Amino acid sequence: MEALNEFLARRGIYTLVMILFFLGVYGMVLSKNYFKKLMAMNVMQVAVIFFYLCFAQKEGGMIPILVPGNVDPASYINPLPHALMLTAIVVSMGTSGVAIALLMRIKESYGSVEEPEVLRRASK
Amino acid sequence: MSISTHAPVFIVLLPLTASLLCLCFSRLNRKLGAWIVQAAIAGSFVASLSTMYQVLNSGSHNLHYWMGNWEPPIGIEFAVDPLNAAVLCMITFLSLVISFYGKPFLVNEDWLHYGGYYTLYGLLTVGLCGMVVTGDVFNMYVYLEIMSLSGYGLIALGGKKSMIAAFRYLLVGTIAASLYLIGIGYVYSMTGSLNMADISVRIQPFVHTPLFAFAVACFLIAFGIKMALFPLHGWQPDAYTYAHPGAAGLISGCMSKVPAYAMLRFFFYIFGVTSPVMSALLDVLGIMGIGGILIGSVMALAQYDFRRMLAYSSVAQLGYIAVGMAMGNMYGFIGAVLHLINHAFMKSCLFLVVGGISYRFGEVNLYRLGGLNKKMTVSSVALCFAVLSMVGIPPTCGFFSKWYLMLGAYEGKEYIFIAILVISSLLNAIYYFRIIEQMFVQREASLTELHKPATKFGLPMSMVLPIGITGLGILVLGIYSYDIVVGVLKLGLPEVFLR
Repeated sequence: MEALNEFLARRGIYTLVMILFFLGVYGMVLSKNYFKKLMAMNVMQVAVIFFYLCFAQKEGGMIPILVPGNVDPASYINPLPHALMLTAIVVSMGTSGVAIALLMRIKESYGSVEEPEVLRRASK
Repeated sequence: MSISTHAPVFIVLLPLTASLLCLCFSRLNRKLGAWIVQAAIAGSFVASLSTMYQVLNSGSHNLHYWMGNWEPPIGIEFAVDPLNAAVLCMITFLSLVISFYGKPFLVNEDWLHYGGYYTLYGLLTVGLCGMVVTGDVFNMYVYLEIMSLSGYGLIALGGKKSMIAAFRYLLVGTIAASLYLIGIGYVYSMTGSLNMADISVRIQPFVHTPLFAFAVACFLIAFGIKMALFPLHGWQPDAYTYAHPGAAGLISGCMSKVPAYAMLRFFFYIFGVTSPVMSALLDVLGIMGIGGILIGSVMALAQYDFRRMLAYSSVAQLGYIAVGMAMGNMYGFIGAVLHLINHAFMKSCLFLVVGGISYRFGEVNLYRLGGLNKKMTVSSVALCFAVLSMVGIPPTCGFFSKWYLMLGAYEGKEYIFIAILVISSLLNAIYYFRIIEQMFVQREASLTELHKPATKFGLPMSMVLPIGITGLGILVLGIYSYDIVVGVLKLGLPEVFLR
């Protein structure tokens, strides 16, 4: 019990993030609907963002703003992972945009976004 | 402070600006935007040549460009060594040549499609160049996504079936990008740095930890997906087969080579290959490469669709590059880089020829090409060069990269690689020579002409020139391969091989 508590306290959040990530991959592989695949992809991307935010976290750290007299890097959390994730969020939005545009064209051409249906009509 | 000191940044900046402005100019005049993008890519080519000249003439053979003069590791830098410069010249040259090739496919399109095509094309070039030139791992992620997103667009432009291929590639490609991000996350939490040169120093205390092994595995899978390495290549045949024929040359030529090059940079320059984790990883890479060579060659034998056969052949050729890296010695490394450059030319040339055939006759079945040597002379000759080079017959460039790979396998005493290389060359010979046989020996196939030949070469001038130039490039690369290896590639070897 002690060991489990210790593990959950130190690594628990990363375990959850990894479960979330692979839930996303699982959904992308197994769902038959293209739009559900896309949503699973977004879940996966969110997991990556959580991962960055988790390892940027620090016990007792304050928000990284300039306070006169406070020059100790141990007293505020590292803002760089958050800045990186802003870029990653923008990129994931772009990816979703392109994917939705593609899905709209698939729906126009094949009349469906269900994978078996689309593949059946494409092979004809 | 002359303008040439800024050459590394112009390689990326010119096409980026031009492609973002392209649609505005296309609104004014349908073709203006395209010309601006092409001029920018030409400028980017000149900047790459200038960068190459500066790198070769600088004392340390290294060029560092600091963005806004912020000193790394705080700022983002562009780092160019002779290898980078060579790959940059290759990308910009191919991109410039192939940019003319798309025009005949677009003659009847309105301004939105015409401009949109060239916007995506320019952005693809930006992503490819940026991934090679950048010295910052997160910056590389951004370029990777620019490359991928514009690539999805160009693949989806190819018609009805291509949209499914593009959407599948998007899903798989996003898994790759996410794994790459996780890998960066691990490296960042170990080293606290995103600059490649800085990471390579700070990572050394961690090279025996499981954390490092996990990060490296993430990079292997991420780049493996992007470069279509054997078990991860499922997206690739559909994407290459149905990609827009105008851009298929660049997509097949460069879009899988640049992630391969990025992998090479991560493994050899940042992480170093001496640690036990990395040598285990190189073994895995070697097995993936061997699998790719065998499966790719066998699957290519079974195809009727010319484009799909080339796509599977790409899986096999990427296997060569992986095997070259897996040897982990100097000759294998040189072979991998040389094959990366050579194969970009060969595969572009082949895809351009196939695009030409399908443009004129609407035919991609490789058993219906009889008598094509009389109808499309330049294309047939270029195809011959490319095929001979694929099989590895001197003096075409494919021979020399295979030669270095064999030398590497011999030096590393990994004789299985030699056997695999020989077997795969034989398989290459089988499935490529049947095309030559079809074209030159078989009696004329009855083909309907979709587009009447505008010139005596059987294709519009803007398609004949790229085919001819890439075909000639295969010969030139072969003849000057000694100068390329000794004069350029050997100056940029990672430190491991210099001791």
